[in-house]
Amino acid sequence: MNPFDYQRASSVADAVAQLGSDGAFLAGGTNLVDHLRLGIRTPTQLVDISRLPLNEITRSEDGVLRIGALVRNSDMAAHPLIRRHLPVLAQALLAGASGQLRNMATTGGNMLQRTRCVYFQDLTTPCNKREPGTGCSAREGFGRYNALFGASVECVAVHPSDMCIPLAALDALVVVQGRDGERRIPFSNFHRLPGDTPDVDTNLAHGELLTALEISPLPFAVNSRYRKVRDRASYAFALVSVAAALDVHHGIVHDARIALGGASYKPHRALKAEAALKGKPATPEAFLAAANAELADAKFSADNAFKVPMLRNTIAAVLGELAQATQGEQA
Amino acid sequence: MSTAIKKANIGAALKRIDGSLKVTGTAPYAYEHPVNNPVHLYPIVAAIARGKVKRIDASAAEKIPGVLLVMTHENSPKLWIKADADLYILQSTTIHYKGQFIGAVIAETPEAARYAASLVNVEYDVEPHDTEFRHDATNIYAPKRVNAFKPAESVRGDAVAAFASTQAKFKLDQTYTTPTEHHNPLEPHAVIAIWNDAFSLSPFNTRLTLFDANQGVLAVPIFLGVLLGLLPSQIAVFSPYVGGSFGSKALPHSHILLAAMAAKLLRGRAVKYAITRQQMFVNVGYRPESYQHIRMAADADGKLLAVEHHVVAPTARLKEYVDQTASPTRVMYGTENLYTTHRAAPLDVPIGMFMRGPGEFTGMFALETALDELAEQIGLDPIELRIRNEPAVDPEDGKPFSTRNLVKCLRNGAIEFGWQQRSTAPRRLREGEWLIGMGVASATYPNQHILSLRARIRFEGGRYKVELQAADIGTGALTILGQIGADALDVNLDQIDVVLGRTGLPWAMPAGGSVGTYEWGSSIVAAAEKFRKKYGISPPEGAKLTASGKLPKDYKSYSRHAFGAQFAEVKVSDVTGEVRVTRMLGMFGAGRIINPITARSQFIGGMTMGLSAALFEESVIDPRFGHVVNNDLAGYHIAAHADVVDIRAKWIEEFDPYFGPTGAKGIGELGIVGVPAAIGNAIYNATGKRLRSLPFTPDKLVV
Repeated sequence: MNPFDYQRASSVADAVAQLGSDGAFLAGGTNLVDHLRLGIRTPTQLVDISRLPLNEITRSEDGVLRIGALVRNSDMAAHPLIRRHLPVLAQALLAGASGQLRNMATTGGNMLQRTRCVYFQDLTTPCNKREPGTGCSAREGFGRYNALFGASVECVAVHPSDMCIPLAALDALVVVQGRDGERRIPFSNFHRLPGDTPDVDTNLAHGELLTALEISPLPFAVNSRYRKVRDRASYAFALVSVAAALDVHHGIVHDARIALGGASYKPHRALKAEAALKGKPATPEAFLAAANAELADAKFSADNAFKVPMLRNTIAAVLGELAQATQGEQA
Repeated sequence: MSTAIKKANIGAALKRIDGSLKVTGTAPYAYEHPVNNPVHLYPIVAAIARGKVKRIDASAAEKIPGVLLVMTHENSPKLWIKADADLYILQSTTIHYKGQFIGAVIAETPEAARYAASLVNVEYDVEPHDTEFRHDATNIYAPKRVNAFKPAESVRGDAVAAFASTQAKFKLDQTYTTPTEHHNPLEPHAVIAIWNDAFSLSPFNTRLTLFDANQGVLAVPIFLGVLLGLLPSQIAVFSPYVGGSFGSKALPHSHILLAAMAAKLLRGRAVKYAITRQQMFVNVGYRPESYQHIRMAADADGKLLAVEHHVVAPTARLKEYVDQTASPTRVMYGTENLYTTHRAAPLDVPIGMFMRGPGEFTGMFALETALDELAEQIGLDPIELRIRNEPAVDPEDGKPFSTRNLVKCLRNGAIEFGWQQRSTAPRRLREGEWLIGMGVASATYPNQHILSLRARIRFEGGRYKVELQAADIGTGALTILGQIGADALDVNLDQIDVVLGRTGLPWAMPAGGSVGTYEWGSSIVAAAEKFRKKYGISPPEGAKLTASGKLPKDYKSYSRHAFGAQFAEVKVSDVTGEVRVTRMLGMFGAGRIINPITARSQFIGGMTMGLSAALFEESVIDPRFGHVVNNDLAGYHIAAHADVVDIRAKWIEEFDPYFGPTGAKGIGELGIVGVPAAIGNAIYNATGKRLRSLPFTPDKLVV
């Protein structure tokens, strides 16, 4: 662990003002502290934001949910507003990590957690994300978790978050505070593809502090579900996961939101599957066709080829369950 | 035959006496022992898998405040005798595997030591390495012996001819593989080393004190003494509590040497080193992977005519270690024609080490899966196939079994588990997307008696001390040795104190090979009997007596093994390929059970570890770099609580005097053996898909 200075921020403005060019914000610490120990990150300054008043979940009159960046994962999962309006989000949070970690991990930290690619975490192997220009060890190495979508020659790492998968489906807005004021970044534009700078995970500028998420109302998201596929029954990163919400009227899909986890360099909104569903009958055949439409673009090797049938089946199964739930209500 | 001792405390369901200390976090583990003047060690490790250290530049590290010493091959203490290739560290520039210790930084704080170690710049002469296991590599050789002193080959009859004979109606010819696995006890290997500054020529003056986590203190002074130029009597070792081990703490590893050598250079300071989780995937042993070829032939009635079991496994070039993978095949079933071989493939990798049920775990996966395949081919119930091939005597040496209740375990287990509800044809039972199936496999574990060691009874302050160098690595030994001692002395348990886990006590076998209960029990019974004979029922204060354990004279006339039957019910998702084990039952014939609470814990612990290996565990070596890349507990999955739904362990009444006067057999390893085969056989019954490579991860089942 490299030596570093530690400061405690007294306000959001203070946090933003204090952060130096080689500093990092410290919230729950569940990812950053590991990385400090392993030598993956070597900031010379930590600005502790964990005591800032960013831990509320509120709902505006027009139905926009605002989730503070320091809301703990376990608190968000248990919050009545989230459970009632966005079950997919509550389920995704509970599918992540362990009880102890969810009690520490924050909303902002979850969005900023870095890939679990084994080579990224291992200083003895080349990794473009950790050390640009050294090469990608995962492409021809241990590739079981590698991404199907969004990868490049530079990096094939997969985004590890569960929480971010429903957020991608829900078109959340990310509220950030910089020295020059506040701005909102659409979720789809928050994380970035590797391009030739795989070391930069997001479009957050250095010094900007993530303060909140805003989610506009999506009434049919009450019929939503998150399903995570993993080796063991608990406490494992996703092999693949599916977040979906389905709006079915009289057997016809009116609208759908689908995002895929464990599959992609950044949280993957399945726009092709969504488009393929709209106006179609809510049948197993249509769900499979939608899954296949999305997966046609998947790029894989022998190690991660299994994710294609796994995702296809899981997308179809989750949509099938959501369609059945709607049927039950309408009958 | 020795007399059975009175059964008053033995057999009682007593909670472990150290339980409250452990759950309240007040049992001091090695690293937590309070010491004066602590300093902290962090190793410098080889970043290449083969070659030489050309130059080490520690100038930046030495400038870090708090750094006391950067130790490398250039300034390390010279070791005396190269008694063990892996422990002979920092004596040359040669690198044998990636992650090998090539130095250490010792500093006033662990943070300073680790940071400074990261600043040490090492230049290498890199040589090409080979860390990729290939079962058909050209440099494969036949080892002289495999682990536990077992012969590498065995031949009886002519298996090849029998396989080709006309009676051979049913034949199986398949290969099975198991991956590298790491023990991963929760407590990492940890040590505090203190070199006594005061010089003395007395052979009994302690020069080196170690607070260590191990399976028995006995081996530490013996191994370290010859290296450090000390008599074993000059090394004091304390290891009162151990947070799991599974074989990885059975013999000292090089981290202890590293700390001891640093302590020699920093006299009067207590050098502390707890290895990191990542280092636990390098420096403290592992279960080597295996490639197993099985050929079997049976006649029209399902009688085995021939069994061949050929094993290839990797070994470190630096020091040979080969699991006895085919050895259970030699004793399990009655066939007149058997041929087993072990071959080793040398690689530039760290040194393998016994891991819970070494050989038995690995070999029984292949053998018991093959039997399930053969049973299906014949159209026989897999339990019936095993019963038809039950031998009357040990098929290997013709000796009668001391006790063998495999058939009873299979039959009783089948009733208890509800085996008759299993569909003989696969893919018949379904709940929604989940396909459901049942599987069975046998378990076995041999007696591992090498020699009888000692225990002491001491009467002090109106209480009896039962003293020996045993270890409680989480097994319950501390509790059950008191039960044995109380019955042997014919006193109440509350008059007994068990003292173990340190040198200065009578020599005892380490907690390995599942020998603890019967070997330690044997010596405690012998000491108690002699103590009573000498001192009567009212011994004087300070009375003490040490004695060696004794076995019945004719024990060598018997083949001595424990047996069991493992049953598993699984559900497999036909959406995702995920496997969940919904029920497991182990039925064991393991001699007399000293304490049903701690025994159950041992059995279900072994079964859980077997479940974990069946479904999850695999250390992935990237041959380009030469090390395990999924080297933490996020990457290397062990079973979580949610994976363990319903695991039950039961046993049948047994008393085996040929293991020792307690009548007990060993139970630490028996519980893990056979579990992956039972689960794999259940997966086949559920899905119709036969998996022959561990672990059974969803990618192998999803379609």
